Amino acid sequence: MRLSSKATTLLILAAVIAIAPVFFPSSYYFRVGSLIFVNGLAVTGLVILIGYAGQISLGHAGFAGIGAYACALAPVHLGLHPALAAVLGALLSAAIAYLVGRPILRLKGYYLAVTSLGFGILVSMVLSNEAQLTGGPDGMAVPELGLRAVLKAIGIDLSNTEFWYAFSGLVLVLGAWLALNLYHSPTGRALRALHGSEVAARTVGVDVAHYKLVAFVLSAIYASVSGSLLALQNKFITPDVAGFMHSIEMVTMTVLGGAGSVLGAILGAAILTTLPQVLTIFQEYEQLMLGLVMMLVMIFMREGLLPSITRRIRGRAE
Amino acid sequence: MSLLQIEGLGIDFGGLRAVHDVGFSLKPGEIVSVIGPNGAGKTTLFNMISGVYAPARGRVVLDGEDVTRMPPHLLARRGLSRTFQNLQIFQSMSVLENAVAGHHLHERGSVFADLFALPAARRRSQASGESARALLDRVGLGRAAEQEAGSLSYGALKRLEIARALALKPRVLLLDEPAAGCNAVETEEIDHLIAQVAAEGVSILLVEHDMKMVMRISNHIVVLDHGEKIAEGEPAAIARNPRVIEAYLGAQATEAKHVDG
Ligand SMILES: Nc1ncnc2c1ncn2[C@@H]1O[C@H](COP(=O)(O)OP(=O)(O)O)[C@@H](O)[C@H]1O
Ligand SMILES: [Mg+2]
Repeated sequence: MRLSSKATTLLILAAVIAIAPVFFPSSYYFRVGSLIFVNGLAVTGLVILIGYAGQISLGHAGFAGIGAYACALAPVHLGLHPALAAVLGALLSAAIAYLVGRPILRLKGYYLAVTSLGFGILVSMVLSNEAQLTGGPDGMAVPELGLRAVLKAIGIDLSNTEFWYAFSGLVLVLGAWLALNLYHSPTGRALRALHGSEVAARTVGVDVAHYKLVAFVLSAIYASVSGSLLALQNKFITPDVAGFMHSIEMVTMTVLGGAGSVLGAILGAAILTTLPQVLTIFQEYEQLMLGLVMMLVMIFMREGLLPSITRRIRGRAE
Repeated sequence: MSLLQIEGLGIDFGGLRAVHDVGFSLKPGEIVSVIGPNGAGKTTLFNMISGVYAPARGRVVLDGEDVTRMPPHLLARRGLSRTFQNLQIFQSMSVLENAVAGHHLHERGSVFADLFALPAARRRSQASGESARALLDRVGLGRAAEQEAGSLSYGALKRLEIARALALKPRVLLLDEPAAGCNAVETEEIDHLIAQVAAEGVSILLVEHDMKMVMRISNHIVVLDHGEKIAEGEPAAIARNPRVIEAYLGAQATEAKHVDG
């Protein structure tokens, strides 16, 4: 039996997440793993925007910031459970993406890149400057999700890092499943069609502005949930989550692994999340390194790592 | 009663009057060809009718409704579909997916259902997939269904565009040089296909350089030169028209040597 590409991707992803801990020498690796999954989730959203629809955003960290601070602020000020706060953050991100995206996605060209860049900067500025509310650049504490205690009560006793590894891994698989469903659906085809040829998509009836907006809103929800997960597992959050560097990181991860492939983009997230942990030089020169990675990908493998490699392997097999 | 009516249509690019005061009409099931030398304004005319360009002058009336300057996706909903002279294929999609994408108006539904692969979404995809396979068979691409669209020959891509346009189940179909780059056998197949589609009641507006094909299948011919209509009528009358022979058929003899762009 030949598995569909969707089933294969999900199987590989789930298997790697489940089996990797066997090789972890210390609990620190659970922490790195869960960071990979959190970034992988944001990047999966960008696959929908960049890979499917062919649009670019340089401000998606803004939505991660909204998701993160929703988990910090809503429990304190609205008395919401942190999980509900994450949902609220996602809804807010979707609403803002809709309002920001609606006017600009009707225009052609790079307006989305520029506007989203401005939006991201605006969010991180607000988070830094509204110190009374957000603690400013020093950041603020985030309450406990509480799910680990529930699990413990029913006999599943996980350490904090183990729990967040498993929980973010689960959310990532769910996010990948949704993105892959979308790929093979009428909506996904409309997105990929307008990416391939906008004029041809329009003549087969695709409302191009509407579908670009759909991709933008969906990717904003992914980024928001990713920000919420980060805030909840760190139990602390600073405005850096919404910063320009984080936006660039997300886009670099996506194009490094392969914007057209969910698995590829997650691989990109894994590489660029792990490198700074193992190579201090990467940490010190992060901006330089990201720029270098981006340039090398664009010059040597336009499709990204995974699609280029599979193509090469396939080409050799034939 | 005409299904598509063009009245005094015109557009300028800078100082160039690319199309000026062109009018004609199209009945259900009729094949009307637009001919004229390269640069006469045929593609520009198609772009205005299909909503890709906004005309500066004139009207486009579809089934009694003024659709001038209506965007292409709304024209598609009203049953107007087209192919492109310079191919507009969805390159990164398979041949089958290109044909399925043509079913957009029939398969679109809620994004939520699509995200969660709900049965409704899967039914929609399956229905358009089956219809797309039948269309690919019809244009002779059934066996290429799983290939990447980018790997097909030029002539095959032309036929893929026709399949994609037919997926809309159009009432009016605009074909811009469907046989360009096709060999004699493929040209004949396209010829048959167009006649068949018209016989099913679809109105066809055709731009084609293959004069034998145009003379054989057209009910009516409109001749453009330098953006203006210089003649129109039945094929036999057009073939005898001295202005047409001078402007087009004469010019073509010298032009035939270089490949058409
Ligand atoms: N978008 C455009 N901008 C400027 N000039 C154009 C454009 N499209 C077409 N033209 C010009 O309009 C004229 C008609 O072109 P076209 O409609 O492509 O002719 P045809 O299809 O009959 O060969 C040509 O002179 C062409 O250069
Ligand atoms: Mg032309």
